[in-house]
Amino acid sequence: MNKPHLATPYVVWIIGFTVLPLLFVLYYGLTDASGNFTLANIAAIADPIHLKALWLSLLLAFIATTVCLIIAYPLAMIMRKLNLSKGSFIVMLLILPMWMNHLLKTLAWQLLLSNNGIFNTIFVALGMEPVQMLNTSGAIVLGMIYDFLPFMILPIFNALTRIDKDVIDAARDLGANSLTVFRRIILPLSMPGIISGITMVFVPSMTSFVISDILGGGKILLIGNVIEQEFNKTFNWHLGSGISIILMIFVIASMSLMSRRGDKEGGAALW
Amino acid sequence: MVKSFLEKAYVAIIFIFLYMPIVVLMALSFNASKSKATWGGFTFDWYQKMFSDGLIMDALTNTLTIAFISALVAAVIGTAAAIGIQAMRKRQYNLTMGATNIPLLNADIVTGISLMLLFVKFTELGYHTILLSHITFNIPYVILSVMPKLYGLNKSTYEAALDLGATPFFAFRKTIWPEISPGVFTGFLMALTMSLDDFAITYFNKGVGVDTISTMIYAELRRGIKPEIYALSTLLFVTVLALLLIVNYRSAKNTKS
Amino acid sequence: MKKIFAVVLTIACLFAFTACGSDAETLKIISLGEYMSYDVLEQFTEETGIEIKYEEAPTSEEIYTKYMSGGLDYDLICISDYMIEKLIAAGELAEINFDNVPNVANIKDIYMENSKDFDPENKYSIPYFWGTLGIFYNTEMIDEPITKWADLWQEKYSGKIIMMSSMRDTFAAALAQLGYSINSTDEKELNEALQLLLAQKPLVMAYYVDEAVDEMLLGSAAISMMYSGQAYYTMSLADHDNFAFVVPEEGSNIWIDSYVITNRCDNKEAAEKFLNFINREDIATQLFEEVMYATANELVYDAIEDEELKLEEALFPQDASVDRCDVFKALDDTGMELYSKLWKQLKAE
Repeated sequence: MNKPHLATPYVVWIIGFTVLPLLFVLYYGLTDASGNFTLANIAAIADPIHLKALWLSLLLAFIATTVCLIIAYPLAMIMRKLNLSKGSFIVMLLILPMWMNHLLKTLAWQLLLSNNGIFNTIFVALGMEPVQMLNTSGAIVLGMIYDFLPFMILPIFNALTRIDKDVIDAARDLGANSLTVFRRIILPLSMPGIISGITMVFVPSMTSFVISDILGGGKILLIGNVIEQEFNKTFNWHLGSGISIILMIFVIASMSLMSRRGDKEGGAALW
Repeated sequence: MVKSFLEKAYVAIIFIFLYMPIVVLMALSFNASKSKATWGGFTFDWYQKMFSDGLIMDALTNTLTIAFISALVAAVIGTAAAIGIQAMRKRQYNLTMGATNIPLLNADIVTGISLMLLFVKFTELGYHTILLSHITFNIPYVILSVMPKLYGLNKSTYEAALDLGATPFFAFRKTIWPEISPGVFTGFLMALTMSLDDFAITYFNKGVGVDTISTMIYAELRRGIKPEIYALSTLLFVTVLALLLIVNYRSAKNTKS
Repeated sequence: MKKIFAVVLTIACLFAFTACGSDAETLKIISLGEYMSYDVLEQFTEETGIEIKYEEAPTSEEIYTKYMSGGLDYDLICISDYMIEKLIAAGELAEINFDNVPNVANIKDIYMENSKDFDPENKYSIPYFWGTLGIFYNTEMIDEPITKWADLWQEKYSGKIIMMSSMRDTFAAALAQLGYSINSTDEKELNEALQLLLAQKPLVMAYYVDEAVDEMLLGSAAISMMYSGQAYYTMSLADHDNFAFVVPEEGSNIWIDSYVITNRCDNKEAAEKFLNFINREDIATQLFEEVMYATANELVYDAIEDEELKLEEALFPQDASVDRCDVFKALDDTGMELYSKLWKQLKAE
């Protein structure tokens, strides 16, 4: 079984399709249109417009992640209490929405939230004033929570089911009350699940450009939109790459804080 | 009593939240009006029309073949890689696993543009660039689901099989494969799911006139989605639901017997 | 054995990289949004055997970027006047051999003449549709006549206003209102325009292009920037007559969208066949009826029996409003950077 060379094709692959492309980003980010070295594209993040977009992205991603955690943890606890196995019906129902295209689901939220949308129609029927919900930061946060909630629930649920019941029973026998059991046993042991949940919600929320596109009506600029605009609309790949480098640094920084304690099997929790 | 009721209500509310947009989309697939916001009566038309819409069928074929091929290639390369990585010395091991995490952790948009920057230097964007990018982000899922299975493996059975004169392939098939195959299968399914639903990476690497369902939807978001798309998505969704129900029913039966 | 396995896998990877099939005769086309009839494309393939890969993008800027990125080798592009000027300057277009496009005679002379603004010798482009930029509004929700850009700044329409998510167009509305040229690249003037747009932003429901059609039909929005043909298309979808289109009195943009052949096109004859095809009377008629923008084709225009249609401002801009319109001029790199920066600032605030 000592066959490190079996990884050769993969190593070739990552050098060609992961490392090399990132070097391209680095090259574009550190040069100007005439190919000369410059730090201007990196420094561009200090531009108030970009700082604002970055700050807003961080803020919205933070809110979305927090809300996801607050919603998901109790749900995972309830599911654990129901003694669900990994393949049970309820767990399946959680995974199922992921099989509907995420762009379409986001579009459905547009229909639910719009001025003449389903919610406002209900509000008016109930005699309330219609509310402007679409094209606000709130709508974008909602879209993020919706899209990424399952990625928070499943790792936490997974971590919770792995806790040995005997440990809890033992603590009870030794006189621990529910709160102590939760604080001293359940919470620490579910930490890896929480951390991979946070990772799996925070990064895509912070870097999304589609959700803000569909639910923001072009009124809200996130850092992902800035990059997309530089690459697809204004043809400034150097600036786009420079901002991508900053974004990558942010992602890596926040993840290295997290992943040290993360659940390596987090991804596998989906199945 | 009250607590259990509250718990059930909580679960119910979350499921309503999760399924509300899906119900809206399903309803739209039966809407006779072409506009997404007016109800024009009930119809099955879109389910018939979608099969004769060449563009939708092309996009569907692209989506399915890209998902399937990329997941398959990723499963082969990823499984071999997992076995190889596991035998690596510590420094190599850390380096390779670090690189494996890049596509998983990195923002989709950055992965997408980085691949695009590479591709436009060497080739025209097209079907093959989408496929390559999907394989790239799929392999790590396979590796991460196979690796845990390898840790629990008893390596001496494989050596024993070799000592008894088995070819390496035969020994692999008889001793290692049964242990890791669930991991490979899980990785394959995850890769398939990720590929089917990907938008951001495909968006930057697709060629002229080569669409997947996701990029097609994105282009149509602006001018109004063709109702056939709702029908198609509903159909896919119901198919998966049915499959899961069957699997669930059978595994429930198996555990009982 | 093990080594062989490793080598085979590596080769398989490389194979995947090179396995891109080269197909027979195909034309790759990119066009502005909502601008083609898929029946016409099918008919072209039936008649000539040439396959078409057709794609749309909402703004000329996006088309330009996609083409210039180098990874997408379009043969034909349908794009606005000022971007053709930029493409010609960049040396990206191929001269059309008009001997292969006899149907170009069907284009009304005046549009060939007007094209000289951006294609001085009529060498590279064939006009497709043309129109103006204006304001489209719902007369049931707005009971006074709308006449000027400033009406889009009225607080009573707060939350019901749609501006364009196309930077040249939205800035044109502000520049014209301030009395400046819509082609201004003066930093001070553009900053003033930005301040005006920023003041308006809280009132704006969204920045859209093609989506505006749906939102106006639904009544989610009451008043929206629109292109003339787009306005007529929206009216034609509504079953009641409560929409109006106006070219604001401060002046606006008049545009011609034309087809050009790129110099990456390796089958120019096929591309010219396509250009000839879309200018044939029956096809041009079909395109006009489906796309509903002002056609540049004289035969199609003359065959319109409904005289009132020819007077419909939302479809065929009238002389009086054309007189107060300007064409867009191409921006140089500095101008483009400035616009893009101000545009981001508008979106970010």
